[in-house]
Amino acid sequence: MKRPLALWGGAGLALLVLSVTVSLSLGSAKLPLSDVWGVLLSKLPAVGGWLEGGWAESTEQIILKIRLPRVALALLVGACLSLAGAGFQGVLRNPLADPYTLGVASGAAVGAALLIHFGLQAFFLGMWSVPLSAFVFALASLLLVLRLANIQGKYRLETVILSGVVVSAFLSSVVSLLVSFSDRVVNEIVFWLMGSLAMRGWPFALVLLPHLALGAAALLALGRTLNLFALGEKQAAHLGVNVTRTRLAVLVVATLLAAAAVSVAGTIGFVGLVVPHLMRLLAGPDYRVLLPLSALYGGIYVLWADTLARTMLAPAEIPLGVVTAFLGAPFFAWLLRRSKRANGG
Amino acid sequence: MQQVKNREHPVAAAGGAARPRERAANGPAPHDPAVAPAGPLVAVDGVTKRYNGRTVLDGIRFAVERGEAFGIIGPNGSGKSTLLNLISGVEAPDGGRILLDGRPVADHPRKELARWLAVLQQEAVLAEGFTVRDVVEMGRYPFQNWFGDEKDDPSPLIDGILDHLQLAPLAGRRVDGLSGGERQRTALGKVMAQEPRLLLLDEPTTYLDIGHQAMLLDRIRKWRQETGLTVIAVLHDLNLAAMFCDRLLLIRDGRQLAVGPPEDVVTGDLIRGAFGIEPVIFPHPLTGVPQLLLGGSPDR
Repeated sequence: MKRPLALWGGAGLALLVLSVTVSLSLGSAKLPLSDVWGVLLSKLPAVGGWLEGGWAESTEQIILKIRLPRVALALLVGACLSLAGAGFQGVLRNPLADPYTLGVASGAAVGAALLIHFGLQAFFLGMWSVPLSAFVFALASLLLVLRLANIQGKYRLETVILSGVVVSAFLSSVVSLLVSFSDRVVNEIVFWLMGSLAMRGWPFALVLLPHLALGAAALLALGRTLNLFALGEKQAAHLGVNVTRTRLAVLVVATLLAAAAVSVAGTIGFVGLVVPHLMRLLAGPDYRVLLPLSALYGGIYVLWADTLARTMLAPAEIPLGVVTAFLGAPFFAWLLRRSKRANGG
Repeated sequence: MQQVKNREHPVAAAGGAARPRERAANGPAPHDPAVAPAGPLVAVDGVTKRYNGRTVLDGIRFAVERGEAFGIIGPNGSGKSTLLNLISGVEAPDGGRILLDGRPVADHPRKELARWLAVLQQEAVLAEGFTVRDVVEMGRYPFQNWFGDEKDDPSPLIDGILDHLQLAPLAGRRVDGLSGGERQRTALGKVMAQEPRLLLLDEPTTYLDIGHQAMLLDRIRKWRQETGLTVIAVLHDLNLAAMFCDRLLLIRDGRQLAVGPPEDVVTGDLIRGAFGIEPVIFPHPLTGVPQLLLGGSPDR
């Protein structure tokens, strides 16, 4: 069972290192890969002394002050979103569940947009107020979706997605209302909504990091239990799982992860849907393997999406949410067709 | 009442992988058969259940002794599966009480209960993407700690079960690619891995042909003989129920019509009253248990 984790985890780590360095070298100022390696290695305590800085001071500034925080943020956002998606899919036994289809992202967007609209981003808790407000609204909208979908104690798969769509549509119009009310900050909300990692810097990464650490630890601890959910809730209960408590824990943690990512980076779709699916195809359905791989590859996915977003039409930026959708939607369509064929449908 | 104290696993007894380890020593002390309170393993005491004001079970009362095979029969919608859900604790009764080993169901922590109570359901495992071996190993969940480890390595037990159920050649296959019979055998393997003292069967033969039905019930019968397992079975097929069970409970519309050995329950009057058919009942030529054929409907 652990072999796929070693195999795909190892490949993922190699891909991660490669992606980070390539992404750091790309941009308006093209930096040679050797300089990127040099700057990064010189900052490692063990090797730093051995290296001679053969690169310009400006190169180091660009890498460490401008590009690296953005790369780190992309990795964190991707990891949060795909972990959240994997958690939702596992506990709701629904392959279409993800922060967007469940209305969680829209809820978080309302929570964050409200604060931005009233100019309260830094109110009370400083950097933490937007994530907190996003989390509260995201959780409320998730509970609303599940309440709508609950028919005599059973969650039908289609009904959950349907009520997710309904609640999402409503919440999106709330955000639109907020946007139309405010002339002054209209651009700020709109750009944030479309998803971007530009001009965020280290403080945002540092807000996201504890969310990811906490959420990943909690979900990984429940990985074995999530496997039993694949048998159905009743069978899981017969095997000694406290179904209600586990479901609540996973839903809250996944919502926390999604809300944190949304509050930092805006709405970035398809990550939580596509990445766990791809991992399931590669490494199998075991959540003990699937969760860490989803976090790793989710980070890489968003890193590449963001690299494309900032380089393709440079100096203009494409919204990150647009890139992930352009990459994710065709891929998801292919997945859907493939699984339909596999099921003989 | 038969009281078999053999705690050896069926696999070991059947000459499969020998497994000289005393499982009972693993479990918590109160569940050791030697320490457990005397009296029935399951006591259903005047149980009532309502959904949205509709009464689905009304004043059900019976007890199941250790080592017994107890059958629950009745027409569709009579409350059989609900009764099983109440015994396994996934639902709570609205009135009356159910004692497992002398204690109310709700007082048993779920994980502790899963170490000695297992349920084989009508619909076979749907754990898409998992292999047969993965699913059988899921039966060890209640014995595993937070990290998924057990005191003893369970792989000899799992191997033994796979051999015993002739699942070894399928061990690496994904369950979604199996036939109905193979799925149900995998589900049985998972239940055996739980090493229960009480097994609840919720119409496990519904989707099986007669050969697979007989094979499944035969395996469970052997398992009972080897471990002293207690079985409570909801069975659709009255003939199978009469052959498989020591005693039967007949319910209709949530009310208990009769409890007793098959000879007293599978009778013309009771079956006519419960199912609205005109049965022909005769003793099985080999075993003597009552068997039933359709005569004609009463209005004909």
